[in-house]
Amino acid sequence: MLDSTRRTRRTRRAVAATAGVTTLALTLAACGGDSEGADDGATSGDEEITLTVATFNQFGYTDELLAAYTEEHPNVTVKQVTAAKSEDARNNLTTKLAAGGEGLADIEAIEVDWLPELMEFPDLFEDLADPELEGRWLDWKVQQASTPDGKLLGYGTDIGPSAICYRADLFKKAGLPTDREKVAELLGGEDATWDDYFAAGKKFVAKSDAAWFDSATPTYQGMVNQLPAAYEDPETGEPKDLESNTEIRDLYDQVLAASVDDELSAGLKQWEEDWTAGFQNNAWATMICPPWMTASIEQNAGGVEGWDVADVFPGGGVNWGGSFLTVPASGPNTEAAKELAAWLTSPEIQTKAYENANTFPSQVEAQASEAVQTSVNDFFNDAPVGPIFSARAEAIEGAPYKGKNYFAIHQGVQDALERVDIGGDDPEESWKGALDTYASLGL
Amino acid sequence: MAVLSPTQPTHRRGGRGASGPRPPRRVGFSQRLGRWDVKLSPYLYISPFFLLFALTGLFPLGYTAFVSLHEWNLLGGQGEFVGLENFSAVLAQPVFWKSLVNTFSIFVFSSIPQVLLAITIAALLDQNLRAATFWRMGVLIPYVVAPVAVSMIFGRLFADQYGLINELLGIVGIDPVGWHSDRIASHVAIASMVNFRWTGYNALIFLAAMQAVPRELYEAAVIDGAGRVRQFFSVTVPQIRATIIFIVITSTIGGLQIFDEVRMFDSTGLGGANRDWMTTVVYLYDVAWGNQKDFGRAAAVAWLLFLLIVLIGMVNFLITRRISTSGPKAPAVSRRHTRRLLAQARAAGGAGTAPPTPAPAPAPTDPTTDREDRR
Repeated sequence: MLDSTRRTRRTRRAVAATAGVTTLALTLAACGGDSEGADDGATSGDEEITLTVATFNQFGYTDELLAAYTEEHPNVTVKQVTAAKSEDARNNLTTKLAAGGEGLADIEAIEVDWLPELMEFPDLFEDLADPELEGRWLDWKVQQASTPDGKLLGYGTDIGPSAICYRADLFKKAGLPTDREKVAELLGGEDATWDDYFAAGKKFVAKSDAAWFDSATPTYQGMVNQLPAAYEDPETGEPKDLESNTEIRDLYDQVLAASVDDELSAGLKQWEEDWTAGFQNNAWATMICPPWMTASIEQNAGGVEGWDVADVFPGGGVNWGGSFLTVPASGPNTEAAKELAAWLTSPEIQTKAYENANTFPSQVEAQASEAVQTSVNDFFNDAPVGPIFSARAEAIEGAPYKGKNYFAIHQGVQDALERVDIGGDDPEESWKGALDTYASLGL
Repeated sequence: MAVLSPTQPTHRRGGRGASGPRPPRRVGFSQRLGRWDVKLSPYLYISPFFLLFALTGLFPLGYTAFVSLHEWNLLGGQGEFVGLENFSAVLAQPVFWKSLVNTFSIFVFSSIPQVLLAITIAALLDQNLRAATFWRMGVLIPYVVAPVAVSMIFGRLFADQYGLINELLGIVGIDPVGWHSDRIASHVAIASMVNFRWTGYNALIFLAAMQAVPRELYEAAVIDGAGRVRQFFSVTVPQIRATIIFIVITSTIGGLQIFDEVRMFDSTGLGGANRDWMTTVVYLYDVAWGNQKDFGRAAAVAWLLFLLIVLIGMVNFLITRRISTSGPKAPAVSRRHTRRLLAQARAAGGAGTAPPTPAPAPAPTDPTTDREDRR
């Protein structure tokens, strides 16, 4: 589940501290209420109301920014509740949704990875589809939050168009080009393929002590997100049998050939202690790098000079992560909340949010704004990250289909990769393990 | 009672008499109230605990059983009634069984060294130390440290490639240990986190029990020439047996519910790619809040775990009962032994001319005396 570990590696740790057997039992018990939506609130234009916005990590919505909304709408006070970790927010959301929506904020922020499970119950959320807002977001961003019958569950905030981050200093030592345009060319340029990427890696590891990438799973993650329908049939939503899923098996073999046989992988699992230490120990030279990852790299690689971003991605554009604002149907002021959500995700506000918290905007206009287009990242050798990630976002063609069983199946394959890449198991044996896991899901 | 009792016979006699006037009803009622007071009030005083327990313990237990018989999605809520299907599905999952083995293995690696270490530390703290309170509080510090912090510190120690322990092993020339790839090694690492946290706490409970041991016993033992070690095994351990049983049971229950340490041992928190260190409680969490979102199955796991803990609790109970009944047996043997010694002495006395007095001398070292002291 690399997807859901985005932004903070502490998300997992957070949950741990809170639960115990008693609370498990209690929560199990508390989730018995039927989850029918409460009354549809329609408020008149000038009633005094308070709207709460529940976010997590950093959305870039400052108090001044929210106060600006009250200036435009004097009857509305906006309060923001921020969870430190996305996992906390997720538990809060699912538990309260299961309890009938009591205690939810008027606007709940969600991550793209939570959508498959929430899509199962679209009635829990207001339909946000609005003809006036058409064309505000990149098409694939809207597609991610749309149900098959055309309901829109969330307004997009930020996105994670992936580029390749690399260590120019290690490249130089291994005799590879260091300039970010040349590196993009080296990795295949416009029509870069995974073969190009791995071939460049082989050249690199032949002359360097460092590995080419951190581990097999994020690489696989990038590849699998380029399949339009990886594990499930988009028509029926039924899972594809993993054993006969040749697309996945091919990717599996390809990644492991590169990681293990060609020794391109450092074998360090993301967000692990060894992985963070690897930044300081020159353990690998390239990474799949959505905008939010640049912050993690900067944080872990403090003092290391040489990181840079290349405007290239093997196999076409890929999105990794990103968030939405939803309006739970049980809220008392859903109409007003919709309006606020639309305002918060407007290009102007998201541009400000980008300036505040580096959340890369999903709005076409916001990406074209001067603030985004002129933004550079000092740590990455003053790379023009605004234009680079805008270009990466444009290269993304669509949103892959992710049904309700996507992550359960995905986890099994990722575990299999990890067993081989990090644990040193036999690839064939490990694949059998993935098939067993798939079978035990009972789909 | 002393005031009431003399009057009672007269009442009774009056009642038994053919048609004697009954005592005034008012008195009877207040008496009845008084009787209720005596009979009921202890239960009323204890009832808040049981009401709370019913609300927070018994009800969830029953409701979990109800959930376990249904299809139940995290968000979708109650589904169809499926009978015991959830149980059979869970029992058919290899991961469930693997998690049980892991739980036991981690439990063995944690609870046993923990109790042994705790009792040793307590014995050391029970000596005459300078600044005794400082040392005694010192052992409690790990308990105060938040588990999250413990896990972060141990995460650094037990990292596979750049971890402190492996670096130290490297200096000595030992191959690095795969804390996250070797199953047993991962159990040891997790157990050490648990031990770090709980040993001091248990040591303090042992210490409290040890301080309640009458000092005369030690004086007597010293007079009899028992060394420190002999004192520990022959005086301290038998005296604190009840506390040992308590610690064993609580650490067993705790050991079967290890969760935090496993969640924080790696970034996924599910026991590694092979689920090599996934405990049953973590499995339960994963089924309910992980990718399956299946509360029905999770409730089934919860119940299976509950039954297992009850079962192990009963085994514990039986074993400890055997320990406590074997207690008096042991002195019986030695009493026989002393009797034999006495007989030998008498025989020797009979043969020679020595007085029979030396025979009772071994009596004070006889464990029977400390048994009597305890009573």
